Amino acid sequence: MAKKYDAGVKEYRETYWMPEYTPKDTDLLACFKITPQEGVPREEVAAAVAAESSTGTWTTVWTDLLTDLDYYKGRAYAIEDVPGDDTCFYAFVAYPIDLFEEGSVVNVLTSLVGNVFGFKALRALRLEDIRFPVAYVMTCNGPPQGIQVERDILNKYGRPLLGCTIKPKLGLSAKNYGRACYEGLRGGLDFTKDDENVNSQPFMRWRHRFDFVMEAIHKAEAETGERKGHYLNVTAPTADEMMRRAEYAKEIGAPIIMHDYLTGGLSANTQLAKWCQNNGMLLHIHRAMHAVLDRNPHHGIHFRVLTKVLRLSGGDHLHSGTVVGKLEGDRDATLGWIDIMRDSFIKEDRSRGIFFDQDWGSMPGVIPVASGGIHVWHMPALVAIFGDDSCLQFGGGTLGHPWGNAAGAAANRVAVEACVEARNSGVEIEKEGKDILTKAAKHSPELKIAMETWKEIKFEFDTVDKIDVAHK
Amino acid sequence: MSDMQDYNSSLSDAATSRKYETFSYLPPLSKESTRAQIQYIVDKGWNPGIEHTEPENARSNYWYMWKLPLFGETDVDAILAEIEACHKAHPKNHVRLMGFDNYSQSAGTAMVVYRGVSV
Repeated sequence: MAKKYDAGVKEYRETYWMPEYTPKDTDLLACFKITPQEGVPREEVAAAVAAESSTGTWTTVWTDLLTDLDYYKGRAYAIEDVPGDDTCFYAFVAYPIDLFEEGSVVNVLTSLVGNVFGFKALRALRLEDIRFPVAYVMTCNGPPQGIQVERDILNKYGRPLLGCTIKPKLGLSAKNYGRACYEGLRGGLDFTKDDENVNSQPFMRWRHRFDFVMEAIHKAEAETGERKGHYLNVTAPTADEMMRRAEYAKEIGAPIIMHDYLTGGLSANTQLAKWCQNNGMLLHIHRAMHAVLDRNPHHGIHFRVLTKVLRLSGGDHLHSGTVVGKLEGDRDATLGWIDIMRDSFIKEDRSRGIFFDQDWGSMPGVIPVASGGIHVWHMPALVAIFGDDSCLQFGGGTLGHPWGNAAGAAANRVAVEACVEARNSGVEIEKEGKDILTKAAKHSPELKIAMETWKEIKFEFDTVDKIDVAHK
Repeated sequence: MSDMQDYNSSLSDAATSRKYETFSYLPPLSKESTRAQIQYIVDKGWNPGIEHTEPENARSNYWYMWKLPLFGETDVDAILAEIEACHKAHPKNHVRLMGFDNYSQSAGTAMVVYRGVSV
């Protein structure tokens, strides 16, 4: 029977709290960590979050009755305690797939992390995880090439890839910059990388950088016989300008370009990823601004969500944290989002902070990039944590070698190969790391000096954002 | 400066400078280590394959296949014997061992076991 219009304010839970609801396979599911204002019941806050992130507003409106709101609404279907933290709780919300435009992570995020995050009834709100139904996944374009295709393009099998971010971050001329790339590549790196804030500044316009770097790649390839690349950063003030730089990179034969997906924007990123797929280009993704969104345990968007968003929007590499280097990253949580990047099916696993099963269908994987304050002594742990399908990036750990970039690159290359050889032979490389490196250094003076240079550098600070575990 | 070492690599010195991917920055694999690497490929469930090339043509994707990949072969000695046979027939060529992963439709690993003679 048709409903009558009844103006006024209803409690959200009357409409949006549905503990009896069984989520459908096609529903998009979200887990929020909610810190409510004092005195507001959990069910009411959870329902408010479901409402404000889907169909609802603060009052009943007559146009509600022109549609089947019961079909379109988001439903809060479960509430759980947060282990070890009584100030907040988890709320699980199911959204019907029709609420979202196909192939648009922009649209999904605009709903799920839109106005609701400023809602006054909440003290804080964090989006912990999203389950994208495979029906939605298949509407997205995803990584341009994927892990296996990248390996085939680059002819690199059975080991992690090795990279290096060129330093100083800013201020080098294009010609000097190309020199720094050439030295690293001839010493044994697979990639060098533009730093994220290298775009097209007065000291080095993008086009000169692209030209000089390409010469560096060509010479290093001829010299070593191996395939090389440099992540040419095409992040730009406008999407038009971004595309102009990408087209030029392709024209001069660059195998890989780079974009900052959060500061550059998801719409631009999705456009660029699709172009890369159509043009046979690899796409490296940097994540500047992520810690603004993901580091506070009570408010923001967890990085595992940003990881899923990038895999859907498209990228072949994504920075993941290192666990062992200078930047934040809990080991179990990092292992969780590395799986989210690479695997085709990831099971719910609360010990890694994964709240839902995630099926990626036939969507290719993304290579995690470990970068930030790592050096040759970290190599055994990095190989053990990340495995072969990863890119290990040593910036200071290459360029800071006392004999220069080529020697620094060679030291890292010898170290990574020694670790892989030992691992394949059944050695526990994290435990035996020192012996492996010491033995390898006997035939590599470059590695020996690197080991002496960085022996004492460690970054042992406690992680700010940890997996939620019981403390009582 | 005196104890700083020059990095020795050039276009003109192929024997020193040309590399061929995984393990080419380590000393040549010993017999024992080669056996361990073969065992690793077998344990992973990959199909071993043997390929070779003249060193000057190593940058091609397609090296010469030695027979067909050894589908289903798990005997380390049998695989090693094929590598030896390939090396004996082409002593001046690079000989590489592949581990083909039919699930990823890619190679799980690839390594040069015998290093060819650069010209």
